[in-house]
Amino acid sequence: MSLLAVRDLTLAIRGARVLAGVDFDIAAGEVFGLVGESGSGKSMTALALMGLAPQGARAAGRADFAGRNLLALPERALTGLRGNEIGMIFQEPMTALNPMKTIGDQVAETLLIHRAATRAGARAIARETLARVGLPGDRFALSLYPHELSGGQRQRVAIAMATALRPKLLIADEPTTALDVTTQAQILDLLRGLARDEGMALMLITHDLAVVAGMAARVAVMQAGRIVERGATAALFRTRAHDYTRRLFAASEHRPLRRPARPRQKGGGALLSVEGAVREYRLPRPGAFAPHPRLRAVDAVSLTIDPGESVGLVGESGCGKSTLSRAILGLDPLQAGVIRLDGRQVTPGHTMPPQMRAKMQVVFQDPYGSFNPRHRVERLVSEPFHLTGRPRDARARVAAALEEVGLQADDMAKYIHEFSGGQRQRIAIARALIIRPALIILDEAVSALDVRVRAQVLDLLVALQASHGLAYLFISHDLGVVRKVTDRVLVMQAGRIVEQGATEAVLTRPEHPHTRALIAATPTIPADWKEPANAAQT
Amino acid sequence: MRAAFALGLGLSFAALAAALVSLVWTPHDVTALAIAERLRPPSAAHWLGTDHFGRDIASMLMAGARTSIAVALVAVGIGLGLGVPLGLLAAARRGTLADEVVMRGNDLIFAFPSLVIAILITAVFGPSAVNAIIAIGIFNVPVFARVTRGAALSLWTLDFIRAAEVAGKGRIRISAEHILPNVASLLVVQGTIQFSLGILAEAGLSYVGLGAQPPLPSWGRMLAEAQTMVTLAPHVAIFPGLAIVLTVLGLNLMGDGLRDRLDPRLRRAA
Repeated sequence: MSLLAVRDLTLAIRGARVLAGVDFDIAAGEVFGLVGESGSGKSMTALALMGLAPQGARAAGRADFAGRNLLALPERALTGLRGNEIGMIFQEPMTALNPMKTIGDQVAETLLIHRAATRAGARAIARETLARVGLPGDRFALSLYPHELSGGQRQRVAIAMATALRPKLLIADEPTTALDVTTQAQILDLLRGLARDEGMALMLITHDLAVVAGMAARVAVMQAGRIVERGATAALFRTRAHDYTRRLFAASEHRPLRRPARPRQKGGGALLSVEGAVREYRLPRPGAFAPHPRLRAVDAVSLTIDPGESVGLVGESGCGKSTLSRAILGLDPLQAGVIRLDGRQVTPGHTMPPQMRAKMQVVFQDPYGSFNPRHRVERLVSEPFHLTGRPRDARARVAAALEEVGLQADDMAKYIHEFSGGQRQRIAIARALIIRPALIILDEAVSALDVRVRAQVLDLLVALQASHGLAYLFISHDLGVVRKVTDRVLVMQAGRIVEQGATEAVLTRPEHPHTRALIAATPTIPADWKEPANAAQT
Repeated sequence: MRAAFALGLGLSFAALAAALVSLVWTPHDVTALAIAERLRPPSAAHWLGTDHFGRDIASMLMAGARTSIAVALVAVGIGLGLGVPLGLLAAARRGTLADEVVMRGNDLIFAFPSLVIAILITAVFGPSAVNAIIAIGIFNVPVFARVTRGAALSLWTLDFIRAAEVAGKGRIRISAEHILPNVASLLVVQGTIQFSLGILAEAGLSYVGLGAQPPLPSWGRMLAEAQTMVTLAPHVAIFPGLAIVLTVLGLNLMGDGLRDRLDPRLRRAA
């Protein structure tokens, strides 16, 4: 007898079909994974079940939860179920909590809404629930506000809110996508433990095959509003019966073919050298007359990048990766240390000559925030010409750059909102390439992309590196990606480089405890689930 | 909401049309006094009647619209012209002395009641429409500076600004090329709201005798002159009052509608 039985769930938003004939079952106490790329309808399925689909959406079919059809229930009955028998947590821990209320009040609110306890009783249960999700009372008072907690801790509070009434089903929509690998591992442990200890069923929605592999007993693969394949996780991962599943796996295991960088010739200098770089921030005074405390975001960092080399920089968020990249790009001043590019010192702002600036470009993580929405692609891509002077053949150069990254020349007349996330990232690469820099800093450049698009963009980056002799500084929290495309890797923790060396050597035989922790926390698909035939193809 | 926007557009353009037409034609000469014809109710000859000097109210409303719109337009222009660059500067130099000076200067202006400043200016320079423009315009500066700075600050954190910095562009160029086009829609909306407030402020100043001086017609002064005769000839007060209410209502509805149409977030949701 299944807890939730979804039959032929169809959802249309203003006539556009979003879900078509979705069928699946979740047994009581089971961890069920729903995987697919963005836009495949994973989140919409969860929202439709909760009766929270956007305005203008019409759902049809059946979804029997503990004997009641969720799709036929009136709103009043649904509010009784939400938070009570079905809990839900979302991707973004920064916005899932109300910043004006204490964490104790927010957890207690769930109980009070469902009249499950008196005010005093609710606070007691809130206390106990927060302790259960790893926020014990001696260190995490009920009176804390969300801004006093880290991202992982906030996600724990969100989980406490969703599980305070011990629901029979918890829907977790990309619960760890916005978190660091080590925090992700802890949150996944917590969810697994809650499901096991309380007999709660968990519906885990994610794009990450490795996360599902380590969590779910059964899994369903979604594509374009349909479930194309479902079954026991191990069996499904081994057989990969459906073509789409195969392509998804091929993309996640895909390794671009790249030649390792040639060792530097004798007498040739490093392209980039950073020596003892220190970047400090002045924090607000803790008291009226106390001195400003200082935060060392980058603490005596030294590194070199050779021409044509690909160097990875990994670390958790807040470790100083992006601050270091800003200093290298000459956007922020250093408090100590020297950065040299081609032997000449990098200085911030206008003090660096444009010809020197033109040797470096950058590609950012967010394909949506990287472009001025009011400009056409031609103007966006040609922006770096500001450094070199606009050449006569600027239009032709833009066209060539767009074609190099796999787009069409006539795309230059379009606005950025006409492109998908992957296409935008290609345009960002075209913008970086247009003035032929020697070094491109890729700041989490593929982190926001779906696996198949990511594989294509990585291929593109590797091909461009070979044809243009580019050096890359590849900043990422994703060890898997860094392993595929870099020669050397630097591991950063709290502003310092704690380990560095050849990528394969560091990742297979890590020496520093932090590197080991990062590697241990990275979710992986068990090696024996991968088909030998598939591995040979890539 | 479409109907409200259409109504707003209609009312605003009616006021504008009346002002423009009055430049070349009004039903009667607004400066011609005809004491024998005074306080006539609406009729075929005088559509909205006459006032206590026998002047045609319809003609005076049309000419008054000219004063109101001119004062409000120039006052908004002063606010945009000074406030937007100041706001862009404060955002570009966030947290520096320049930012502090601009924003505290704004606070200083906000701290004074606008009417007191207007009285001060007219006490020193004498009452006139030009001085009313200056008084209203000064108070538009901090409004536009704050709106611009607030919107610009969130834009400065976006990656496309970082890309422009990497392309070697300075803060002034980035402000003009990247920030301004993205706050423009907000400024258009704020502009319509300040425009309607400007019309109200001009009417208020003229009502207390600090704005347009006779014989320049003004809706505010028409109200002031009519108030002693409200019981005798209510139409003399009602029509200028209606003109103010309908114009301000129209501009506000238009501003609301423009916000819904120009805000990319709202547009994407639609």
